[in-house]
Amino acid sequence: MIKVSGLTKDYGARRAINNLNFDAHQGEIVGFLGPNGAGKTTTMRILTGYMPPTDGEAIVAGYNVVEESLEARKRVGYLPETVPLYTEMVVADYLKYMGDLRGVPNVEDRVDEVLGMVGLGDRANGYIGNLSKGMRQRVGLAQALLHKPEVLILDEPTIGLDPGQVVEVRELIREIGKERTVLLSTHLLNEAQNICDRVLIINKGKIVAEDTTENLQARLLGAERVIIRVRGEADEELAKAIKLIKGVRDVELKNDGAVEFEFASGKDLRPEVAKQIIKSGYDLLELRPLGMSLEEIFLELTSNEAKKK
Amino acid sequence: MKNIWTIAKREYDNYFSSPLAYVVALAIFLPIGIYFCIIMFATSQQALYGGSSAPEATPITWLFIFLLIFLSPALTMRLLSDEARMGTLELLLTSPVRDFELIAGKWLGAFMFVLLLAAFTLIFPVIMNNYVSPSLDWKLIIAAYLGIILVSGALLALGVGISAIFSNQFAAFFVTLGLFFFLWFMVSLPASYLPTGGEVLNYLSLSTHFSQSINNGTINLGDVVYYLSLTALGLFVGTTAIEIRRWR
Repeated sequence: MIKVSGLTKDYGARRAINNLNFDAHQGEIVGFLGPNGAGKTTTMRILTGYMPPTDGEAIVAGYNVVEESLEARKRVGYLPETVPLYTEMVVADYLKYMGDLRGVPNVEDRVDEVLGMVGLGDRANGYIGNLSKGMRQRVGLAQALLHKPEVLILDEPTIGLDPGQVVEVRELIREIGKERTVLLSTHLLNEAQNICDRVLIINKGKIVAEDTTENLQARLLGAERVIIRVRGEADEELAKAIKLIKGVRDVELKNDGAVEFEFASGKDLRPEVAKQIIKSGYDLLELRPLGMSLEEIFLELTSNEAKKK
Repeated sequence: MKNIWTIAKREYDNYFSSPLAYVVALAIFLPIGIYFCIIMFATSQQALYGGSSAPEATPITWLFIFLLIFLSPALTMRLLSDEARMGTLELLLTSPVRDFELIAGKWLGAFMFVLLLAAFTLIFPVIMNNYVSPSLDWKLIIAAYLGIILVSGALLALGVGISAIFSNQFAAFFVTLGLFFFLWFMVSLPASYLPTGGEVLNYLSLSTHFSQSINNGTINLGDVVYYLSLTALGLFVGTTAIEIRRWR
């Protein structure tokens, strides 16, 4: 549904994206993750036919975005980063206008339907200028859904929404993602973890990792790290006692009275550690694996890139 | 083609919710109304003392175009520049709309609004006709209104083209105004001082093609071609500016 090969874009002398290759299939939600200025918006603008790439090729819904731009654009729904709307227009009129431009049949019924989907049915006759930021974001989303696009490209779709709305919009995206292809960019890692089937991590115009969120965690996690807390403060004695267990490594006594250690993944040493602590006369309060969050994976990947240079 | 109409209709409707469009309408109708009263008064005074020619409607159509030189930049300035500034252009350019359709739609919307204003001014010749025996020369008026259609189409196309270049509506306004001012008043000024090439400058002048020609009832092909070329030029510049925006 989306196939990108060798995509490159230069702004003058600056290379915004460099030789990107990825694809996304029908019924898949792909997250596009990266720091500001990594090239997410640039890539999305190329995919939506807003601007042509300097080099490489992008196929969206079976059409080349440069050579068959109009056909590709008919099949793409796009929510830009700063949801641009005509503030002087009434919500329903605006959506009807966008629907007409995209050749939506029975556009008035479809507008009602889409407004219902994004929960703005009661604001259909209000001016866009009077809507809150979160509501405007949802008008933008409604606009992207109008023509039942095969591919949906969403640039930071939940930004500016309150927590309740974030949950609703994510639910909606998940629902849409069952049948269509969704590419969404975000810098919220838990969002990517939450709704995406697959994540592309992009930094300085290059894809540095591409995998499912679970696999990414597993791949980067050669070892499992565990934190322990005991009643009172943990001391050197305890650290020594844990070190004695075979397979445990990198034992660290933290300032806040906790102890952290690692063992090779696949060989769970937690029961042994618990026994050892109790044998040494401490009251075990907590024994918790420290799963690596996507945040840490992300930092790891992006800083590795920096180190290589 | 359907897209052109969709865009034109929105722009046309949009003028009615814009205070600026009402200001432009007032700034056209007020001077024309006053001018009309002066013409009527002056001719009736002359008639009172015997010996007067019938009043003519062409000064009204001339004034309409003269005012449009100054006021139409205000109608076209924000058509594309504001879309670029607000970012709404991004959604239009990612919709299945050709760049030319976007420009042509914007132009048509403004054109329809100006034609509506022009239609209102028809009331003046109609009133005038009641006081003239046997009647006004309607052929002359038809030619003058054809002139209004051609000139306003050209002015608005140039305005839309310039608006597509800028992201700031005031920049678009002043550049458009400057261009119209140049084409109307200045381009033919040096013509009589030049040994050769004076005709070219005269040909380029907007006012030669209107005031001394179509507004006096002479419709010649050269004038029509001149206005249609300016219209095409404006739309071409606009479409190219949008394409350049994409490649940047």
